[in-house]
Amino acid sequence: MGGLTMDRRGLLLGAGGLALSGCAQPKGAQAALLNVSYDPTREFYRAYNEAFLARWRDDGGASFAVEQSHGGSGKQARAVIDGLPGDVVTLALASDIDEIAARGLIAADWQTRLPNNASPYTSTIVFLVRKGNPKAIHDWPDLLKPGVEVITPNPKTSGGARWNYLAAWADALRRPGGTEPSAQAFVTELFRRVPVLDTGARGSTTTFVQRGIGDVLLTWENEAFLAARELGPDKVDIIAPPFSILAEPPVAVVDSVLDRKGTRDRAQAYLSQLYDEPAQVLAAQHFYRPRNPVVAARFADRFPQIRMVAISDFGGWSAAQKRHFADGGVFDHIHQPGQRP
Amino acid sequence: MTAETLRLSAARPRNLSLGRGLLIGLALLWLTLIVLAPLSVILVEALRKGLGAAVASLSQPDVWAAARLTLLTTAIATPLNAVFGLAAAWCVTRFDFIGKTLLMALIDLPLSVSPVISGLVWVLLFGASGWFAPWLNAAGLQIMFTPVAIVLATILVTLPYVARELIPLMQQQGSDEELAALTLGARPSAIFLFITLPNVRWALLYGVLLANARAMGEFGAVSVVSGHIRGLTNTLPLHVEILYNEYDFVGAFATAALLAVLALLTLVLKSFLEHRHADDLAARGRR
Repeated sequence: MGGLTMDRRGLLLGAGGLALSGCAQPKGAQAALLNVSYDPTREFYRAYNEAFLARWRDDGGASFAVEQSHGGSGKQARAVIDGLPGDVVTLALASDIDEIAARGLIAADWQTRLPNNASPYTSTIVFLVRKGNPKAIHDWPDLLKPGVEVITPNPKTSGGARWNYLAAWADALRRPGGTEPSAQAFVTELFRRVPVLDTGARGSTTTFVQRGIGDVLLTWENEAFLAARELGPDKVDIIAPPFSILAEPPVAVVDSVLDRKGTRDRAQAYLSQLYDEPAQVLAAQHFYRPRNPVVAARFADRFPQIRMVAISDFGGWSAAQKRHFADGGVFDHIHQPGQRP
Repeated sequence: MTAETLRLSAARPRNLSLGRGLLIGLALLWLTLIVLAPLSVILVEALRKGLGAAVASLSQPDVWAAARLTLLTTAIATPLNAVFGLAAAWCVTRFDFIGKTLLMALIDLPLSVSPVISGLVWVLLFGASGWFAPWLNAAGLQIMFTPVAIVLATILVTLPYVARELIPLMQQQGSDEELAALTLGARPSAIFLFITLPNVRWALLYGVLLANARAMGEFGAVSVVSGHIRGLTNTLPLHVEILYNEYDFVGAFATAALLAVLALLTLVLKSFLEHRHADDLAARGRR
């Protein structure tokens, strides 16, 4: 019994002591802005934060810090719901921000508060293949050639994998004689060829490039560029299929946090300046497709022309989520966990 | 002694030496495979682009912030658990009370549940929709995703180590010496300072070292409660993962090497103390 009360007092002492010692930080950090983002944006936001703060100081604003938190998009949304005090969220999927909005932390109309569905930059899904493209993979049907192993993360846990899945579905649908059943058959066959179903995009990249598993990796265009640059331009080639999907990673301010911290002005400036030319150039340099047409024209040779289907063609994220990825959805029918064909 | 027994005792060491050599070789091989090989991989990978690159990646402010937080967390969690472990072991081995078995089971609990659970319970208590959320919000306090949550999770995970080292020893020692002192009129504080504490000091040290190593290396529980804010709530193990995911392999392995060096320092400290007090240890039978 004595041990128990001792323990409790110890806990309180520890928490109190730390609160005291940590006091200086939250005070200083109160003015700081926290950007809760997903995995592949680290490099872009590191550059953008610097540029944004420099401009803020030039405009005579009081100096403050921008802090970054990165992780899987769904996991980050969960952390914000559990109380991670992000002033802004910059995630991979609108449905992840919808989850936060559903708890009342973000205004329901968040996607119309900024231009372009609140997505200042876009990306798409491309193929990463072994150097020289030995299996001659150029288009979606090539993925089903005999002996081709495909690497993609699990659509249940990964935002990027949902784009992969929907792009494959849309491509099968647009083929002559394409129907819903033929699309389902195509996607079913595709996931039969996945030897390792990682939980996130970075995990799949590591599986493909570092561990050397598989013939083709389906991934974000920006992730493919980054992987090729960081892990070996001599090892992999990027193949842009003629048809893919328009991925729109959205951004939003977290209203409940801004009201509490009093950081609304700087948070809104932080997001709206993402649409300005300097930020658009930074986005393009970090392999995101810019929205600004002038910047897009300047980087045209970096981003090949691809015909793209949009998420609205699936009836929006909530419809696509319910139909394909929710429990009992189409993906549950085509892929039974633990069962490898 | 007959000639027969003399021959036997002379022959024994030689017969044994083959088996002994084999056993030692096997143990060394196993250690090399399981401990030395991974450890050297860390160093080789850290130095892949030269010492300069490794040092440069270690001099990043984020690494220092992570190291500071790891050391601060350890410095808070370990002494608290030493005090708690001593009190709990005293309680359990010197007194009989209702719920003693339950208390011992509770002490062991953090060892048997997954660290992820040890982190998640704090989210359920202090998270935005946790039990204490209304009270915390009213007071304007944030516990989740701050260093406080990291310390709490670390304390929970490392709670059993000191008590687990002390309880078997104190059970075996019994309370005879303490009772003798009591009948001779010693005050309780004197009994504790001059009899109990000296008797268990080695076990206490081992327990503290174990708790210390675990506190520095804890990943799972801390990952759940951290929020992964660079420079603020990243501990060294979390920072290793972040750097690895950023394709910064030199940075990741250099940081891992730093963590390994911190752990090795505690081992060196332990060996040093053992060496210095070898006689004392031998007299007490290793404890």
